[in-house]
Amino acid sequence: MSAQQVLFDAPGPRARARHRILAVIGVLLLLAALAWVLERFNATGQLEAAKWTPFVEWSTWRNYLIPGVIDVLRAALVAIVISMVLALGLAMARMSDMAPVRWAASVFVEFFRAVPVLIMMIFTFFFLAYNAGTPDSWNPFLAVVTGLVLYNSSVLCEVIRNGVYSLPAGQREAGLSIGLSPSQVRRSIQVPQALTAMLPVIVSQIVVITKDTALGYIILYPELITQARRLASQEFNVVPAYLVAAVLFILINYGLSKVAERVEARQRRKAHTAGAIGSADAIRAEARGGRAPDDAAGDGDDVEVR
Amino acid sequence: MLELIQEFELLAAFWMTIRLTLWSALFSLIIGTFVAIMRLSPVKVLQSIGTSYVNLLRNTPLTLIIVGTSLVLWGQLGLEPASRDSSTFIVDLNFRLAVLGLSVYHAAFVCEAIRSGVNTIPLGQAEAARSIGLTFGQSLRHVILPQGFRGAITPLGNTLIALTKNTTVASAIGVMDPAYQLDNIAEFRPDVLFLGFAVIALGFVVLTLPVGLIISALSSRLAVKR
Repeated sequence: MSAQQVLFDAPGPRARARHRILAVIGVLLLLAALAWVLERFNATGQLEAAKWTPFVEWSTWRNYLIPGVIDVLRAALVAIVISMVLALGLAMARMSDMAPVRWAASVFVEFFRAVPVLIMMIFTFFFLAYNAGTPDSWNPFLAVVTGLVLYNSSVLCEVIRNGVYSLPAGQREAGLSIGLSPSQVRRSIQVPQALTAMLPVIVSQIVVITKDTALGYIILYPELITQARRLASQEFNVVPAYLVAAVLFILINYGLSKVAERVEARQRRKAHTAGAIGSADAIRAEARGGRAPDDAAGDGDDVEVR
Repeated sequence: MLELIQEFELLAAFWMTIRLTLWSALFSLIIGTFVAIMRLSPVKVLQSIGTSYVNLLRNTPLTLIIVGTSLVLWGQLGLEPASRDSSTFIVDLNFRLAVLGLSVYHAAFVCEAIRSGVNTIPLGQAEAARSIGLTFGQSLRHVILPQGFRGAITPLGNTLIALTKNTTVASAIGVMDPAYQLDNIAEFRPDVLFLGFAVIALGFVVLTLPVGLIISALSSRLAVKR
C-alpha cells in the first residue's frame, strides 16, 4: 500500500476540525515534554553559559570533537573496505560447487551473524592484549575493526547472495550456454549485477557500521563518545558534551542514509542490472542485525512498494 | 567449562539477557506501535513528530543512548526509576535505565517494521474499509493493523533478534550481562578467555537461532493468504 492517503478519506469540515484539535494536542504534548526537559536542565544548571562556551572555542573541537569524528570515520572506513572484500570471498565460497567450502562459509556466516558485535570486540581486545605483539595503543582500534568486519562481512555476504538469487535465471543460463564455467558465470555475470542491484543496501549497511563504531566506547577506543566523556570530565558539562556528540553522530548517519536513498533512486532510474533493486530502507529497518538481508532482496513485498 | 559457567554466573548473566530482551521488547512494541500510528495518521503534525522520532533515534548509536540514560537522565537530570530504600537499588536502577534506553531505541525499528507490514496490505482493503464507512481509527483497528502486524512478523522478528544481541550494550552501565562477565573472565581468568568467548557466543547462538526459526514458521503460517 504505497499511497498513504488511501487510509483515510479527504477530510470534510468536521474531520478537518478534529485533525486540527489532534494537531494542537500533539504539539502541546511535545512542548510539554520539551518544557520538562528544559525545566530539568535549568534546575540542574545545564543551561549556564559556562557549560556551553567550550563549544565555541576552537581548542574543544581540535582536542576532543574532531579527533572523535576522525576516529569514528577511520574505524568505519577500514571496516567497510575489509568487510566488502571478505564478503565477496564469503559469497563466492557460499555459492561454490565444492560442498566443504560451502559448509565452511555457511558456518562462518551463521555464527558471526548470531554473536553480538560487542562480544567479539571485547574478546579481540583482550586476546590481542594477552597474546599478540601488537602495540597496546593499537588494540582498541584493531578490536573495533575486527568485531565490525566479522559481523558485517557475514551480513554483506548474505546481501550479495540474495542479489545473485534475485537475478533472472536467464542470466546464468546465457552465461553457461556461451561456454563459461559455473564459477566464471558467478564471477563475471552474476556477482557484478548483484552488487549493482544491492548497492543501496550496501550503502545503508555503511550507516550501521558507522553507528556501531560507538561500541568502541566500551573498550576505550577514543571515538566520539569517549571524547565526549573526556571533555565532560574536563569542563564539568556532561549534558552538553553528550548532546553535541549525539548531534554529530546523527548528522553523519543521516547524511549517509540520504546518500543511500539517492543511490536507490538513481539505480531505479538507470541501473545496469537485471535484478530487482534492493531497498535501502528494508535493511535499515532491522536495527543492528538479525537476518535483515533475507527479505531485503526480496519477494518484492516491502521492497518495491515504497 | 561447567566450572567457568559457575564461577562467573553465566546462567544468571544469560537470564539477565532474557529479562532485558523481554521487557524491552514489550515496551518497544508499545512505543513503536504508537509511533507507527502517528506516522500513518491523517494529521500532518503527528506524522512529522513520528518521522522525526524515527530519524533521530535510528541514527543515534545505541551505546550513546544507554550511556546517556545513566549519565544524563539519572546522573544529571535526576530521573530515578528505582527506590533508594531497596537493598538492590543500584542493580534495579541500572536494569531499568537499560530497559528504557533499549526500548526507545528499538521502538524506532518496531515502527518501521509495522509500516512495512502495512505496506504489504493491498489497496483494496483500505478502500473497502473506507467504503463501508469506517473511520480512520476503526479501519486501523479492524482492518489495517491486524493485517499489518501479520505482515510485519518477519521484520519484527528480526528486530527481536537484533534486540537480544543489543542487550549486551547494557554492560556499559554495569548491568551484569554476558558481555560484562566476558570482561571479568578476561581480567581474572585470562587462561580460559577463549573458552569463555566460545561459551558466551554459543549462548547467543542458542538464544537467537530458535527465535529465527519460530519467526519464519510463524510468518508463513500467519501471513495473510492472497
